Amino acid sequence: MTVLVLMDESDASRQTLTLARRFGEPRSVRMDAVRPFAPDALAAALAHAADELNASAVFAAGTERGNEVMARLAARTGLPFAANCIGATPGNPVEVTRLRWGGSLLEEARLHSPRPIITVAPHTVPADSGPAPVEVDLKPAAGKDLVVHVSDHIKPSNGGVSLAEAKVIVSGGRGVGSKEGFAIIEELAGLLGAAVGCSRAVTSAGWRPHSDQVGQTGTKVAPEVYIACGISGATQHMAGLKGAKRILAINSDPQAPLMLNADYTVTGDLKEIVPAISAEIRKHR
Amino acid sequence: MRIAACIKRVPITGGRILLTDDGRAINTQHLGFTMSPHEECGVEEAVRLIEANKGDSVVLTLGPAEAVEQLRDAMALGIDRAIHLQTDGQEWDGEGTAAALTAAIQADEAANGRFDVVFFGNESADSGGFQVGIRVAYALGRPCVTGLKKVALDGASVRCEQEVEGGRDVYVVPLPAVLTVKEGLNLPRYPSVPGKMRARTKPVAVSSPARPEPRVELVRLAVPAGQGRRAESLGSGPGAAPAVVEMLQKAGIV
Ligand SMILES: Cc1cc2nc3c(=O)[nH]c(=O)nc-3n(C[C@H](O)[C@H](O)[C@H](O)COP(=O)(O)OP(=O)(O)OC[C@H]3O[C@@H](n4cnc5c(N)ncnc54)[C@H](O)[C@@H]3O)c2cc1C
Repeated sequence: MTVLVLMDESDASRQTLTLARRFGEPRSVRMDAVRPFAPDALAAALAHAADELNASAVFAAGTERGNEVMARLAARTGLPFAANCIGATPGNPVEVTRLRWGGSLLEEARLHSPRPIITVAPHTVPADSGPAPVEVDLKPAAGKDLVVHVSDHIKPSNGGVSLAEAKVIVSGGRGVGSKEGFAIIEELAGLLGAAVGCSRAVTSAGWRPHSDQVGQTGTKVAPEVYIACGISGATQHMAGLKGAKRILAINSDPQAPLMLNADYTVTGDLKEIVPAISAEIRKHR
Repeated sequence: MRIAACIKRVPITGGRILLTDDGRAINTQHLGFTMSPHEECGVEEAVRLIEANKGDSVVLTLGPAEAVEQLRDAMALGIDRAIHLQTDGQEWDGEGTAAALTAAIQADEAANGRFDVVFFGNESADSGGFQVGIRVAYALGRPCVTGLKKVALDGASVRCEQEVEGGRDVYVVPLPAVLTVKEGLNLPRYPSVPGKMRARTKPVAVSSPARPEPRVELVRLAVPAGQGRRAESLGSGPGAAPAVVEMLQKAGIV
């Protein structure tokens, strides 16, 4: 039996292969097989290849692109689609475990489908170390499937430290109190060469741009140290912190969820504590 | 111009998720509800487009009777009217949801004319299926662009910016189109008091579509094990600063 896998060179793709192999001998279609990127054309190519190979299932990584193309494949072929799975057991039905709420909740589900379409949530499954699957020859795309295509690319404008790649993040929540209150957060971030982050309470209030927001509907981060100042630790905020190595929480409420889910805590008023940390760092210069 | 926005009612789960005894749902007894941030941006964009171009804006949801609260929230932001596909509270999968919304959109279009844009959130906050907007687009035979952080109408087409690693990809597609958006697309306004008052009397059309057997069938939910962080106290107040810096030194940051 053959299983079709939409792949690129990423770790997420090799992790996807681990689950895909349970469904058969993998053959691959490259994520960049249609250039410029045209998701309907890619979905059409996958649908055709899956028929040709009589594929038992189709897999991709649960990245933005992976989920998008698999949803289009599912819509076009009239099949169900299970996104962001962390486990999948072949059978009829297929049993899957998938992420909900950005990873704050797990769902066990039965996938009833003659050809399961599944994405694998990144960094939840070990990477496959087997041989790279043989690529499938693709049929050229039809014009109507090229209507949606990337026609231009805009490079990020700010030269600052990007949140997703920052090694240190100093993040502020509603407890910072105001837009101006972020001066002490920026000062500490400057001293540490860190990026500034924030909670949704802050972006909704217009104190910081959404590009600074950490969490389920913001950016998922993976720093060495995440310093959370005046953030309560709602599940949707924590959903962005799973990759953080160490979390330091500064909060006046010792029972705030973030204080209970941090590695280190300091209790008290961030307006006194954050400047004191900055002053202490200056002493060490 | 006619614009639609599709939204979903979800609980505001706070610091810890509690499940019902049968493990098949979140225990929402003490929780408030909202529409997801992505969808709120879709609603805001719909309102702005109609403010700028005149016409008719409609908000749609598939959800329990109580979801009328989220429809009213959308109308308080400026949407003209609502279509409520009422459920008995049971979960619908992405396929079933998309089929019901497609039928409702087609029925409204038959009576009132085509929607230039139908907005969706990129993924629902709770079930995270990443598919309803795309399925509706396919069913309607319209182009769909996903995960958008910027949308600009230009005559008979729409220019879209999608956030990707290392910047933004640009798409230009003809109208009518289906667009799935993300938080950050815009900063939704706060509902005004008059806006809330007006929302109370705006029309809500209610129907109860039949629920197809889900082909992604929920069996049970589980809260994942914590990450086992130790919550070591470094002290309290500004006096904790030296301990914090020591920790940062050990981590190789200072
Ligand atoms: C579908 C959905 C998606 C969401 N996505 C996100 C997301 O991506 N990111 C996100 O962050 N949120 C998200 N949220 C919102 C989330 O539920 C919370 O509302 C939000 O994270 C709260 O922000 P906060 O912690 O800053 O504010 P609060 O919860 O109000 O917490 C403020 C904290 O500051 C402390 N504090 C106050 N004053 C001080 C002081 N002087 N010194 C020290 N501490 C002080 C308080 O003790 C409290 O713990 C989402 C919600 C939903 C429903």
